[in-house]
Amino acid sequence: MGWHGKILRVDLSKGTCKAEDLNQEWARNYLGQRGLATKYLCEETDPKVDPLSPDNKLIFATGPLTGSMASTGGRYSVITKGPLTNCIACSNSGGYWGAELKFAGWDMVILEGKSKKPVYLFISDDEATLMPADDLWGKSVWETEPTIKARLQDPQIRVTSIGRAGENGVLYAGIINDLHRAAGRSGVGAVMGSKNLKAIAVRGTKGDKPHDPKAFMEATVAGKKVLAENAVTGQGLPTYGTQVLMNVINEIGAMPTRNWREVQFDGAAAISGEAMHEPRKSDGKANLVTNQACFGCTIACGRISKIDEEHFTVKTKPEYWHASGGVEYEAAWALGSDTGIDDLEALTYANYLCNEDGFDPISFGATVAAAMELYEMGAITDKDTGGIELKFGSVEALTTLTELTAKGEGFGKEIGLGSKRLCEKYGHPDLSMTVKGQEFPAYDARGIQGMGLTYATSNRGACHLRSYTVASEVMGIPEKTDPLVTDGKAGLVMAFQDATAVVDSSGLCVFVTFAWSMEDIAPQIQAACEGDWSVENLLLTGERIWNLERKYNLSAGMTAKDDTLPKRLLKEAAKTGPAKGKVNDLGKMLPEYYELRGWTTEGVPTNETLDRLAL
Amino acid sequence: MIRALQIEPVKCTGCLQCEMACSYEKEGVFNPAKSRIKVFNFHEEGRMVPYTCTQCAEAWCLHACPVDAIRLDAETGAKIVVDVLCVGCKVCTIACPFGTINYNASAGVVVKCDLCDGDPECAKACPTEAITYVDADWTGLERMRDWADKTANEQPQA
Amino acid sequence: MKHVILGAGPGGVIAAETLSKQGHGGAITLVGDEPEPPYSRMAIPYLLSDIIDESGTYLRKNPDHYEKLGIDRLQARASGIDTKKGRVALDNGKELPYDRLLIATGSSATTPPIEGLDGPGVHHCWTLEDTRHILKSIEPGSEVLLMGAGFVACIILNGLVKRGAKVTAIVRGPRMVRSMMTETAGGMIKRWCGEKGIRVLTETNATRVTHDGGLKVDLDNSETMNPALIIVAVGVKPNMDFIDGSGIETDYGILVDNHMQTNIEGIFATGDVAQGLDFSSGGRSVHAIQPTASEHGRIAALNMAGVPATYKGSLLMNVLDTVGLIATSFGQWQGAKGGDHAEAVDEDHYKYLRLEFEEDRLVGACSVGITQHVGAVRGLIQSRTRLGHWKKRLVQDPTRFMEAYLGSTQPVG
Ligand SMILES: Cc1cc2nc3c(=O)[nH]c(=O)nc-3n(C[C@H](O)[C@H](O)[C@H](O)COP(=O)(O)OP(=O)(O)OC[C@H]3O[C@@H](n4cnc5c(N)ncnc54)[C@H](O)[C@@H]3O)c2cc1C
Ligand code: SF4
Repeated sequence: MGWHGKILRVDLSKGTCKAEDLNQEWARNYLGQRGLATKYLCEETDPKVDPLSPDNKLIFATGPLTGSMASTGGRYSVITKGPLTNCIACSNSGGYWGAELKFAGWDMVILEGKSKKPVYLFISDDEATLMPADDLWGKSVWETEPTIKARLQDPQIRVTSIGRAGENGVLYAGIINDLHRAAGRSGVGAVMGSKNLKAIAVRGTKGDKPHDPKAFMEATVAGKKVLAENAVTGQGLPTYGTQVLMNVINEIGAMPTRNWREVQFDGAAAISGEAMHEPRKSDGKANLVTNQACFGCTIACGRISKIDEEHFTVKTKPEYWHASGGVEYEAAWALGSDTGIDDLEALTYANYLCNEDGFDPISFGATVAAAMELYEMGAITDKDTGGIELKFGSVEALTTLTELTAKGEGFGKEIGLGSKRLCEKYGHPDLSMTVKGQEFPAYDARGIQGMGLTYATSNRGACHLRSYTVASEVMGIPEKTDPLVTDGKAGLVMAFQDATAVVDSSGLCVFVTFAWSMEDIAPQIQAACEGDWSVENLLLTGERIWNLERKYNLSAGMTAKDDTLPKRLLKEAAKTGPAKGKVNDLGKMLPEYYELRGWTTEGVPTNETLDRLAL
Repeated sequence: MIRALQIEPVKCTGCLQCEMACSYEKEGVFNPAKSRIKVFNFHEEGRMVPYTCTQCAEAWCLHACPVDAIRLDAETGAKIVVDVLCVGCKVCTIACPFGTINYNASAGVVVKCDLCDGDPECAKACPTEAITYVDADWTGLERMRDWADKTANEQPQA
Repeated sequence: MKHVILGAGPGGVIAAETLSKQGHGGAITLVGDEPEPPYSRMAIPYLLSDIIDESGTYLRKNPDHYEKLGIDRLQARASGIDTKKGRVALDNGKELPYDRLLIATGSSATTPPIEGLDGPGVHHCWTLEDTRHILKSIEPGSEVLLMGAGFVACIILNGLVKRGAKVTAIVRGPRMVRSMMTETAGGMIKRWCGEKGIRVLTETNATRVTHDGGLKVDLDNSETMNPALIIVAVGVKPNMDFIDGSGIETDYGILVDNHMQTNIEGIFATGDVAQGLDFSSGGRSVHAIQPTASEHGRIAALNMAGVPATYKGSLLMNVLDTVGLIATSFGQWQGAKGGDHAEAVDEDHYKYLRLEFEEDRLVGACSVGITQHVGAVRGLIQSRTRLGHWKKRLVQDPTRFMEAYLGSTQPVG
């Protein structure tokens, strides 16, 4: 039916679980998942709340297409105020957990307060119970998930949990479901940890039904056909995953390298999607075992890898010899290019650890990169690092720091606070490659101008997933724009932001937009839900969601000053490649963007805009 | 020519479209918990394995049923549960050595794959052709049979 | 060639059908002493719970079924066998000549020696006839005293409760379903019953039953009950009195070899009455369960028809639904000598699974609250599959048995 109309409210302080009707009016205005949960968060919490205090709330939300036959219809999002950015945080994950929550009959779970003792939540269809988790505290995701399944004696249970990073307050700790699918960014895992909530286990056997089944089947079958016939979603992503981008982005000179000092990485080929297919010299096997899908997904971009058993990182650790989630492009970049490391096996190992203990490989890798720069310039010394030689390209430094960060020990504790706090502490705030406190992903804004505006205006701090203009500027989707010019980028960014807000609120994966336009998506949502879900209304909904998030951030204390980029991107020109000599021209794009958005020059939505969006 | 479901785990991505198609066809809802085909996740091996009834010749379930509620569909070779006859005793669920006939508590009867009258929805929904509906000779059923022989309560005659 | 089958339960019927399908051209006579068309005892509880009517218990639904297959049905009771002459004596005074004989007379419920237990108001729940009596004497709210808490008793309990009866079950022994479940599992089922308002008294005996002005039962816990009805389900014994003196070898049941043949050539036995090869022990046991009757019937008939078939032995297995709580048991659930086990217990959610291993092979199991893919447990036991590295995984989490089955029998890695 799109929505079940039921949400679960868990008061961790009181230890109670209560079913509540979903606010249908809000659902009509905010669709689901990201949009709808943001509405709840805005209505129920003070934007000034300390993210790690009991007064913050943590919302797990599905979209109307989550748990349906729509391709990629298995996503859920975690919405809260983020500790890394002090902005709204919304982290999206695939795997199977979101669909399972839907099948249990719930649209979302709102967690409030703080439990006195570690607990986990078990949802079995209509029943929700808080269970003691004292013995799970201190355990990794990879221990927690199987332990809960065994304890509840149902291998079909799906678990989402935090590892030690979330418990230890790593500010970019994520929440991991199905062992290696992550609501990875902005520190949602740290919020979960602050509430003493270890995991949410779900078993759903009630199922879900679209509003208009016949129309739904027709629309989703048509959609799947489009995905299968598209070169990116039908071939590129299944074969190489997001890692299809490594060589491409490097070639156009937009591959941030060594903490963004350079824009091309000589080791890119060695850690690329192609390299993952190559037989290794050591054992003749490829790093990649297979591709895998999330729930409902007919693209299947997921990487499943196995580390070379002879590699020094795992040689004496057979517990890492099994297959698991391999590196995606962003992870390969952050752990690799940004730190100057071209050892694919080491990156895979670091990525395993990020999943095992639940922390974002992007923010982590980028923080290590910043630390390496600080170390090389002498701002951080061996005394600070506890003897780790933090040089760019040092595989040992990376893997040791991954282990320490996972455990919350030694210098890992500082790495766990993110690059902004690290660079501030060691006296070089400019070297933190962040916006609003969140580390950049893998696209250099000097080589892809639109991404500069994307980063600067993203509501959750630097992020590629709020408006992936790379699609247009590099891949020509829906039409090719020149990555080196700023003209038209404000409009492009805004259109992508609104459309992405829709996709993120629907239960779909944003990767469908490589092939689907709103015209492909609207009929699927329309058939799943009651109400008017025309393209126009969807886009208006997207814009409403974007503005609501903006309002939240402004109330939380953000200002136009925070819509900016680090000096390095604005002042230090790219040294090589097609973008050589270029900086990011944010100053040109930002005012235009504010205007298009219907915001004041201070970046505040005008009353007119708010009225138009019924905010 | 009798056809059978051919399953090739190497091609399976674990998207569960088959489970949804099955539950939608049989129960009218998207509900993998009620699907007659299940995809098992071998995480350590990096493999997804769809599995359902092979409509085996031994027909353990059919023979164990005390009330003749499981019948052979002469056209497709499927062993089909007749819901109105099934009393829900579950003897078939312990008799089937493949674990592919299961009790559905909400309906009070057992459920199993019936090949959708010769047009299986799972095969149609599978985006990677990991499940196909092909001439029985091609299905690698031999391998399955070998194993069935091992399980059989009758010694193969020399 | 004359084939005579004594007993028209599942064992007899499946044998008759198999013979017919072998197309040997001889006569097949199916002799049963009950007046109804061949039916299944194990469907009786569902008649109690009103899921089906009597015809729902019939083994075959088409009235012409037997005739079409060329099976002659005869309602009579066998009273003796002359193995020399090849004749069966019937209680109607007639004799029935045979070339091949199958004894499929099943078993009957026993009555413990308790004063007054042979009077009115006391029934077994074994035949359709018994069931009619029971249904006549209960209505919603009626108090029923169920003697026994074994596996058949539990299934009967389920039917009675669904009819709305208020049931008290008493059992001599210390726990429920003692012959198929561990103490923990039996305890769980008892606790579950309590939660559903069913009184289960373990280590309790009835000492006397009196009948003046309604039933009165004295229990040895010094309690007295006035139930509307007593149902006795404490044990069974094979129906083989009539073969006394025939020279057919018996022990607990009729002893048969791997071809289901008795010590006398041409005479076979199957089902509840037969003591045949036991898959788990390698010895011979009576396994009074439906799947064994069905498998026995088929193997015996093949051999009778001259198609050599060798039995690998029956695996004791049961599935039990106690007012919604489903339990299973397979093979050597008590464990094998020198073996080891894996166990998962979740008292809060009424879930339990115990796997018994011998080296890296599964030899037995019992479970509570698990319904999906349980057949694979049988598959693993009966195929004697070596679990290899899966054993370690099962010790950590026994509920992954379906994966273990696939992982060790299918191309997975
Ligand atoms: C209430 C109840 C519940 C049960 N539940 C289950 C269960 O859940 N699972 C399970 O596996 N098993 C169950 N059983 C056991 C199962 O029903 C028996 O194992 C099965 O019926 C045995 O089949 P059979 O053909 O050997 O014998 P029977 O079914 O007993 O058939 C033998 C037939 O022979 C007749 N007969 C006996 N003596 C003579 C004679 N001298 N001449 C002619 N005919 C004769 C009998 O009257 C009977 O009709 C249950 C039994 C009962 C009573
Ligand atoms: S559960 Fe239904 S189909 Fe299975 S054996 Fe019992 S009556 Fe037959």
